[in-house]
Amino acid sequence: MPTGHIGPAPLPEPLIDMRNAGVFRSGRWLVRDIDLQLRRGEIVTLIGPNGSGKSTTAKMAIKVLKPDEGQVIHAPGLRIGYVPQKLAIDWTLPLSVERLITLTSPQKKQDIEHALEAVGIPHLAKAEMRHLSGGEFQRALLARAMVRKPDILVLDEPVQGVDFIGEAALYELIEKLRDTSHCGVLLISHDLHLVMAATDRVICLNGHICCSGTPKDVAASKEYAKLFGPRASGPLAIYEHHHDHTHLPDGRVRHADGSVTDHCHEHDGHHHDHTPTLKAGGKSTHA
Amino acid sequence: MLDDFFTRALIAGVGLALTTGPLGCFIVWRRMAYFGDTMAHSALLGVALAFFFEINVMIGVFTVAVLISGLLLLLQRRDSLSTDSLLGILSHSTLALGLVMVAFMTWIRVDLLGFLFGDILAVSKTDIAFIYGGGLAVLLVMMWLWRPLLAATVNEDVAKAEGLHPDFSRIVFMLLMAVVIAIAMKIVGILLITALLIIPAATARRLSTTPEQMAVFASLLGAVAVVAGLFGSLRFDTPSGPSIVVAALGVFILSLLPLHILLPSTARGR
Repeated sequence: MPTGHIGPAPLPEPLIDMRNAGVFRSGRWLVRDIDLQLRRGEIVTLIGPNGSGKSTTAKMAIKVLKPDEGQVIHAPGLRIGYVPQKLAIDWTLPLSVERLITLTSPQKKQDIEHALEAVGIPHLAKAEMRHLSGGEFQRALLARAMVRKPDILVLDEPVQGVDFIGEAALYELIEKLRDTSHCGVLLISHDLHLVMAATDRVICLNGHICCSGTPKDVAASKEYAKLFGPRASGPLAIYEHHHDHTHLPDGRVRHADGSVTDHCHEHDGHHHDHTPTLKAGGKSTHA
Repeated sequence: MLDDFFTRALIAGVGLALTTGPLGCFIVWRRMAYFGDTMAHSALLGVALAFFFEINVMIGVFTVAVLISGLLLLLQRRDSLSTDSLLGILSHSTLALGLVMVAFMTWIRVDLLGFLFGDILAVSKTDIAFIYGGGLAVLLVMMWLWRPLLAATVNEDVAKAEGLHPDFSRIVFMLLMAVVIAIAMKIVGILLITALLIIPAATARRLSTTPEQMAVFASLLGAVAVVAGLFGSLRFDTPSGPSIVVAALGVFILSLLPLHILLPSTARGR
């Protein structure tokens, strides 16, 4: 687990530094007083109810929205990979997965293949985006964002429309990505109860920062309980498992050691009953 | 060769179609058909003003089209009328204003129908120079801006987050559209410019698997429609604009027929 930044060494310069930032629209503050630093190798997760300003905060962080007060400072030459909450592709636009990946920057064929391989859809390179399922679509978007080798990945609800198993796999992928490329990750989670174990910091938003800290600290905090009401009496569920095998598109199985077989081994861990490991005690209220 | 009016019209028309192809694709992708229509309709006001101030008609049309699109962007920022109402107001009032102004200027004779529906007889060598000069400029700028334009079409936030300045591309796109309207006016006429932009692009959609392919096909299909339309115009003594649009419609309908059964399997499906 890369927890290197916790320790006596001074913190590195943040990639994104938000100071007191806020956005004012149509007579009200969408978010205000956002202080947020994101560093290399760090995963920060934003959670909060609908309309609490999660997307607004993320857009402000990447300078898509200009703050009406406070400021947002980027490290010089910061390269961003962004997965927006909504991306509608019009029928009139013929766009294959491959072409989507080179949308904002040209990429080598090899890199495109690697990225698609990493998100588990190498067979869909030529497929048109509008023929993809929800999960495949999100994977393609993630491949597009990561192929740029960004310093920071900003993912606005990257697991929407993805089934439960796929969700776990995507979270794991994001963690792996952080570990290998050592980028920073700003993640917006659509599910209050599911936060990645690898998250270094959870930030609870409701127009302002209610509370922040490690997933466990936030789950235990009064503000969190207040913000999410009785439903929050359940624990914050935290993914903490590892796949030791992957199902390939042709039905075969690839194991952690790289070998490929036709079926899963009996001793393979964590098979079709993928469930999140619950932390912070109690039962899951996940619907 | 250029002394023959029909050859001039053919050369001008094909040059125009090659330019409108890629631009038309963006209009279809960005759902800006009505916006294009509004800019085109404002061209008549440009014509009237050009006569009034005695300047080049194309320059007058270009200037007014740019002003109208700028005005629309300003009005859109205010939370008042919806965009389609604003477009309706601007589109028809500029057209009406142009017509009224032309009627007032009794000292000049204006071939109004020629401006509204195009006139193959009116294409001069200067027009050809403008069409090829302007068209080449439009195509070069589009090639230069292709990636940011396409990225902003798919998602403005992604384009902006990843450093592609969608606001800048949008403004340049408006200018390109104004140029095309100014040079297309003589051939297809003010009222039908949007059709020449949209129909070939819509036809190309079914044949293409990438945006770039669609742009090229739209250009080629537009050129086919122009040639067929101009021959029809000459043969049946019809105004050139409507003839070209009817030809484009014919190609579009052909593309809807299940002709792909006759093609090799790669062209099928999707």
